[in-house]
Amino acid sequence: MTPSGTAMETTTTGGVVFDGVSKRYGNVTAVDYVSFRVAPGELVTLLGPSGCGKTTTLRMVAGLEAVSGGRVLIGGTDVTLRAANERDVSMVFQSYALFPHMTVLENVAYGPISMRKSRPEARELARAKLSMLGLADYEARLPSELSGGQQQRVAVARSLVLEPAVLLFDEPLSNLDAKLRRRVREEIRELQQSLSLTVIYVTHDQEEALAVSDRVIVMEGGRIAQQGTPHDLYDAPQSRFLADFIGDANLVDGELTVHGAVATFAAGGVAAPVRADGRSTGPATLAVRPQRLRVVDAGQGVLPGVCKRVSYLGSRIEYVVATAWGELLVFDPDARTPRPRDAAVSIAFDPDAVIVLPR
Amino acid sequence: MATLAFAPAVFVPVARDRATIVVAAIAMLALVALPWALNWGPSALFRALGGQTALWPTLIATLVCLVCAWRGFDRATAAVALFAVAWTFAAGFAAGVAGTSFGLGAGVALIALTICFARAVARRGYFNGDATVAAIVVVVAVLLLIFIFFPVGKALVAAVFDSQGNFVPRLAAERLLTPDIWSLACLTGGTRCGVAVNSAMLATIVGIGSTLLGLLLALVVQRGGQRYAGVTKLMSILPIITPPFVIALALVVLFGRTGLVTGLLDTWFGIPRSRWLYGLPGVTIAQLITFSPIAFMILNGALAAISPSLEEAAQTLRASRWRVFRTVTWPLLRPALANAFLLGFVESLADFANPIVLAGNFDVLSTKIFFAVAGAQHDPGRAAALATVLLGLTLIAFWLQQRWIGRLSYVTVTGKGDGGVPAQLPRPFWLACFGTAGLWIVFTLACYVIILIGGFVKDIGRGDMTLTLHHFSEGFGFAWNGLLPTFTGSAWDSFFTTIEVAAIAAPLTTIVGLLSAYVITRHRFTGRRAFEFLTLVSFAIPGTVIGVAYIVAFNVAPLELTGGMLILVLCFVFRNMPVGVRAGVAALAQIDKTLDEASSTLRASTTRTLREVILPLLRPAIIATLVFSFTHAMTAVSAVIFLATAKYNLATVYIIGRVEAGEYPLAIAYSTVLIFFMLAVLLLVQKLVGETRLGRRAATAFATGH
Repeated sequence: MTPSGTAMETTTTGGVVFDGVSKRYGNVTAVDYVSFRVAPGELVTLLGPSGCGKTTTLRMVAGLEAVSGGRVLIGGTDVTLRAANERDVSMVFQSYALFPHMTVLENVAYGPISMRKSRPEARELARAKLSMLGLADYEARLPSELSGGQQQRVAVARSLVLEPAVLLFDEPLSNLDAKLRRRVREEIRELQQSLSLTVIYVTHDQEEALAVSDRVIVMEGGRIAQQGTPHDLYDAPQSRFLADFIGDANLVDGELTVHGAVATFAAGGVAAPVRADGRSTGPATLAVRPQRLRVVDAGQGVLPGVCKRVSYLGSRIEYVVATAWGELLVFDPDARTPRPRDAAVSIAFDPDAVIVLPR
Repeated sequence: MATLAFAPAVFVPVARDRATIVVAAIAMLALVALPWALNWGPSALFRALGGQTALWPTLIATLVCLVCAWRGFDRATAAVALFAVAWTFAAGFAAGVAGTSFGLGAGVALIALTICFARAVARRGYFNGDATVAAIVVVVAVLLLIFIFFPVGKALVAAVFDSQGNFVPRLAAERLLTPDIWSLACLTGGTRCGVAVNSAMLATIVGIGSTLLGLLLALVVQRGGQRYAGVTKLMSILPIITPPFVIALALVVLFGRTGLVTGLLDTWFGIPRSRWLYGLPGVTIAQLITFSPIAFMILNGALAAISPSLEEAAQTLRASRWRVFRTVTWPLLRPALANAFLLGFVESLADFANPIVLAGNFDVLSTKIFFAVAGAQHDPGRAAALATVLLGLTLIAFWLQQRWIGRLSYVTVTGKGDGGVPAQLPRPFWLACFGTAGLWIVFTLACYVIILIGGFVKDIGRGDMTLTLHHFSEGFGFAWNGLLPTFTGSAWDSFFTTIEVAAIAAPLTTIVGLLSAYVITRHRFTGRRAFEFLTLVSFAIPGTVIGVAYIVAFNVAPLELTGGMLILVLCFVFRNMPVGVRAGVAALAQIDKTLDEASSTLRASTTRTLREVILPLLRPAIIATLVFSFTHAMTAVSAVIFLATAKYNLATVYIIGRVEAGEYPLAIAYSTVLIFFMLAVLLLVQKLVGETRLGRRAATAFATGH
């Protein structure tokens, strides 16, 4: 069983500490003994397929769900038993959850008024945040009179105005159209960095996760599969699931033979040199990213094969090449000269550009 | 890796609780300054100082509670508040006839102490740490216990006491097992059946009949396209604005011994006049017409929800129209049919107004109970036995309905109909449906026309059709005394009292109902299912049973309420509460739950969320509930016929009185006034609010239960 969390060196004050937390609904365990830390000023993403427990985890940080076991600390204080309205946490919901009967200004001023600020003071704070997000002209509008992107910014302003210790985002881009998503995710990242906000971000889109995060925590089946920087996760996934989930990967089951610092990987009768990566001789799975493979003329690479499919994607060509190692997906950035179908070709790769996983 | 023991998922509030201190202070203030008893007089403190020593524990406990709340000792606060409430009730009941009845001071103090208890208990982790939810749940549950379970329990227990007040258990068996109740003689050639058998027979016939009629009309409306949308509207309004005896009156006018149609049949066809209407036939017809609209609304909704694309799929598989109906539509309709049948069954069992006018010698349980209490043979023990039987029958039917339709809950999944054109019915079948449904509607409208005309003619019951305004001036006459009118008509008293009581009860019903709906749908806590069940149960209790129960339970201290207006208000509030709850549940289902959560993450308490987010969005539901509880209260009869007095008479009771005295024209005129008044209220509110956006589920909820 993969360890649920590696201890991170962080300060004990500030940020979020999730310590051995579990959540059970009757007989179903949605979150199984999960531990992680978020340092102050860090943006950490919870990433995973549907049903992996990431949203439940986020809601337990928010205080919208009570934990079945473990502790939650925010800013150094144990808040495990506190409901959402007693935690120093704000949340931006997937559907924005703007109060439809209140204007933009009233929505954003809602938090400060709950904290017993006077109405004029609350409105001033609200206006400041609205102008920071470029919404100063919209304060008298109702949410139904705004576009999706504007509604989202109001939701962000509303959660920022209380200057919480932790800001939570629950799949904030899923209701936006594709073109808008890139721009908005960059805005969120910029805002987070300029204000040094501590953010926990939930998404199922791995490209989004890699783009905005300081660290990513990948969850599966209620447990943490791996956590690390985007670079770690992409280049050094620790399991088959992770290699396949983040980015595309060709997965080949075979035998690894190690002689000192040199290793050979063999499958389907064909062997090729790979890096040793600290592994020992025995069964292994090789994971290779499509863009690290090259389609070369027959005889010039390590793996002979035949082009089964050639897809022109504008920015690159995607080849599916049938080899002794199975059908391999290859991305070729040179889109000008595609190889014909059924051509006999060869696959080449840099021995260091592969990932060797235990089987 | 050690697995931690799974603690129950709870929240516990951290911030200091100022609200509990304030509430405890209010309790103290009520004990010190407000009149303790119903007949006004000194406060609890002064009564205690003046010798009523039983009040000292209450006073001291409340003081201790205040101090504990101030210091934040939650367990102690809860314990002491609980003791104070329990002691007050115990002492009150122990004092019995000699004691004083709870009044304003007692009421405020007891409610405040209950709230303190609930809030303190919430701070220990119950109710998810939410003090507002705890307060709502505990207060509503206690009120239900006092004003539904206690009186019904006490009334049923009266079956084991004899007329001297001695405890004689075997009397219950005697009273319950008489042939008077259970005899099947009429089915085997004898003259009369037991009253329970009568009621059950009638209810079964009406249940089946109303379901069939409702189904036929629903088929016509659904498959006829939008042409018949007006019919749906009409059917949904009729049960709401119609006092429950109007149809019976119309039938008497038409088919009574001196009725219009009877007269015509005699003159034209030589058919002799008879009293065939009085008895099972008359009551059956009256109930069928009265309750079929409700069956129609249920089945109309069910048909609308059956996805037309299912039927289209069957058609593309070469099924004939008849086969499609038999194999696709009918099986999907079965739950709704069972629902409609059981609802009709229960409504018939509980119906009092139609039998009292038309039953004649055909005894049914509701009228028999009434005569056992109000008639010459004043026998509460017997009334209790009959009430037990009636309650048993309705509870069984109610339980069956919940079992077949789903779990015992308000929260049902709304079905969404998708696009697609529903299948055409086979032609002969269609004609049969159309014809029967048409006949039914024409007949129903004829009854209403009779009622509307009847007030304006001399004596429609005897065929005297000379136009006159005599009845209206007799009932509703007024003279001008300078600028203000003096109301000289005999009906004004009851009319104004009814409006007053209904106007007081409606907001209370709405508050209790909607708050209960809120905690049931928006919060999870241990005991939620039990609480939901508690609020649901009063649906199953017939009005007659509640009426008897209230007289039996609330005619002695400490809750000596009979003869006053308060008992009428309370009866309306707790009988109609489930209607408010159902409407609230339907309306809350349309408000996104993440709004509550967003409010919570913005540091708002539950109270603030309720006030600033939920209530504004519930405005249509609030207004609808207000209106419908008002109209319900205006047209109720089966419970309040026991509770009305000369001083506080109600419109429906007055009308029944006129009917009993044979003064039909005045009764009809008054009914007309009532119908128009409520139609006006309904239209006015719809104008102000716009079409109520509740949907048909809530509309069905509003239509049941008089």
